[in-house]
Amino acid sequence: MKHGILISDHEKAGGGGARRRHAATGSGAALAAGSDAGSGAGFGAGFAADDLGGAFGPGREKPKWTARRRRVVANLTGWSFAAPATLIILGLTLFPAGWAFLISREHWNGITPARQIGWDNYRLMLQDSDFRSAVNHTVLFTVLYVPVVLVLGMFLAIALNRKIRFISFYRTALFVPLVVSAAATGILANFVFDQQFGLANNVLRVLHLPQQGFLADRHEVMWVIALIYLWTDLAFSVIVYLAALQDIPTDCLEAARMDGANRWQQFRHVILPSLAPVTVFVGVWETISVLQIFELVLTTTHGGPLGASQTVVYFVYNQAFNLSRYGYGSAVAYTLFGATLVITLGLFAYARRSKIEAF
Amino acid sequence: MSRLTHAISRASRWHLFLMPLSLLFLLPLLQMVLASFTSNADINRFPPRFIPSALHISGYVRLFRDAPVGRWMLNSAIVSGIAIVSHLILCSLGGYAYARLSFRGRTVAFVTLVATIMIPTQMLMIPTYFMFTHLGLIDTLGAAFVPFLTSAFGVFLMRQFFLSLPKDLEEAGRIDGLTTFGVFFRIVLPLARPALATLAVFTLLNSWNDLLWPLIAINDPSKFTIQLGLINFQGAHHIDWQELMACNVVATAPLILGFLVAQRQFVQTMSMSGLKG
Repeated sequence: MKHGILISDHEKAGGGGARRRHAATGSGAALAAGSDAGSGAGFGAGFAADDLGGAFGPGREKPKWTARRRRVVANLTGWSFAAPATLIILGLTLFPAGWAFLISREHWNGITPARQIGWDNYRLMLQDSDFRSAVNHTVLFTVLYVPVVLVLGMFLAIALNRKIRFISFYRTALFVPLVVSAAATGILANFVFDQQFGLANNVLRVLHLPQQGFLADRHEVMWVIALIYLWTDLAFSVIVYLAALQDIPTDCLEAARMDGANRWQQFRHVILPSLAPVTVFVGVWETISVLQIFELVLTTTHGGPLGASQTVVYFVYNQAFNLSRYGYGSAVAYTLFGATLVITLGLFAYARRSKIEAF
Repeated sequence: MSRLTHAISRASRWHLFLMPLSLLFLLPLLQMVLASFTSNADINRFPPRFIPSALHISGYVRLFRDAPVGRWMLNSAIVSGIAIVSHLILCSLGGYAYARLSFRGRTVAFVTLVATIMIPTQMLMIPTYFMFTHLGLIDTLGAAFVPFLTSAFGVFLMRQFFLSLPKDLEEAGRIDGLTTFGVFFRIVLPLARPALATLAVFTLLNSWNDLLWPLIAINDPSKFTIQLGLINFQGAHHIDWQELMACNVVATAPLILGFLVAQRQFVQTMSMSGLKG
């Protein structure tokens, strides 16, 4: 063991001389390649050399053989660590992703043989009014929801970032809904927004305001779902902003105060700019997750009433697993992926252009 | 004096805002718990009342009599347990390899891995369903946990953590004669406890709360996870709100209790990632 380590240490420490001496041999090359990738490679090389130490004695008499062995052992060690996770992940993502694309060009109900129909599913999508209204609901939801969650999240983080009494109670109260599942949230929402005995209408009644249909009303349903989603999701942006606020150096704020900046000016010129990268991150994250909203729709309204709360992912689920139109469902899913990718890349490009380092 | 009142009013301004807001956030959960103890006669009374006239546990009694809730909880616990253990092992191994070891194809594999984070699950669910059908996994608990065995995000998280560890200890372990595996298990893993805890919370939330995948992959009620049981329960019976809310409480309580006990860890996990999809 020690032998191998000492060799590699010696080679590293010996610098020029030792390296030059080995330059002609394979071992030098292995080492150079290793030091490119960081010191982990040094370990690998040392480890390999050492394994050989026992089996092949001095090991320097056949330098080329040694170098190859070292590399093989380093590769094997590396892959034995990395392979299980890597193979499972790639097998469960890349393979199905490719397959999904093939399915999206087929007419297939899962039972009878699939028929190749080229881009017909994609063409059908453009004419499908149900799909269009699902897109409208999703886009409207995203456009309305994301700015609200950014502003509210930032404001709440600033409010929760001070040392006042009960602050830990406030934080706990606001953060708890994060761990409540979409299924539980949906069922609870059905109860709270029930027209007859729900808490929401009851509060309105006590305040002498008109009763509402909420989830049963075509015009209100998306708003109510947005409100429920805000309940479960707001804490995420608050927590991310809170973490970012705590990273702002206090001397910056102090310097601003010394220069006579009032609270608003401190916020405008110190806090807001330093939160810009986090805002881009939260914005991208919320956009992606809101475009994929599904479970809450399933557990509250099943897309109803009259399709008024059907979102794109609910549409995919319904087409594939209720109507057995797997090809069409796949085409819609692929389109959603493409759109999400374009939006995400667009936001990144915007962030880079305005010199915000978000990631 | 005036400075004092000024300070008080400034502080209470925040209280005036935060107190009602936090009560608003807690109210639905409180209503859930209260409703689970309210008799259906009481729930259906008009005008409705927030505080029940008497507390009943009959909802829970009916729940455990009518539905295999214990089985569903056990299934969820199995799925989450396997997911957590396997995440901890596979993601830390993978993360360590990508952070510290050098091997052929490392960069390509890692970049591909990270790129898969962008692929939305909705796109994968249709082919994955058929893949699992071919593998004979549909309608088994295996279907529920296999997609949660490991995740690109978890590998990425662990790699970031290992990159931040100082190398000195590993080198010391080397000199003391440990193999790469020895260094990993004896030195690196014990140091990684905070990252592992974060990963465990992340995995627990994702696997316990997932609904879409079990919904697709499992039809047999004895294989239901609690989330799937919950929404099937909602559809199957004429609405017995008391029972349904009891089921909701049972499904939600473990994570809420976990949150109250390990709040720091949960918040840490959230601030490192987005967990809700």
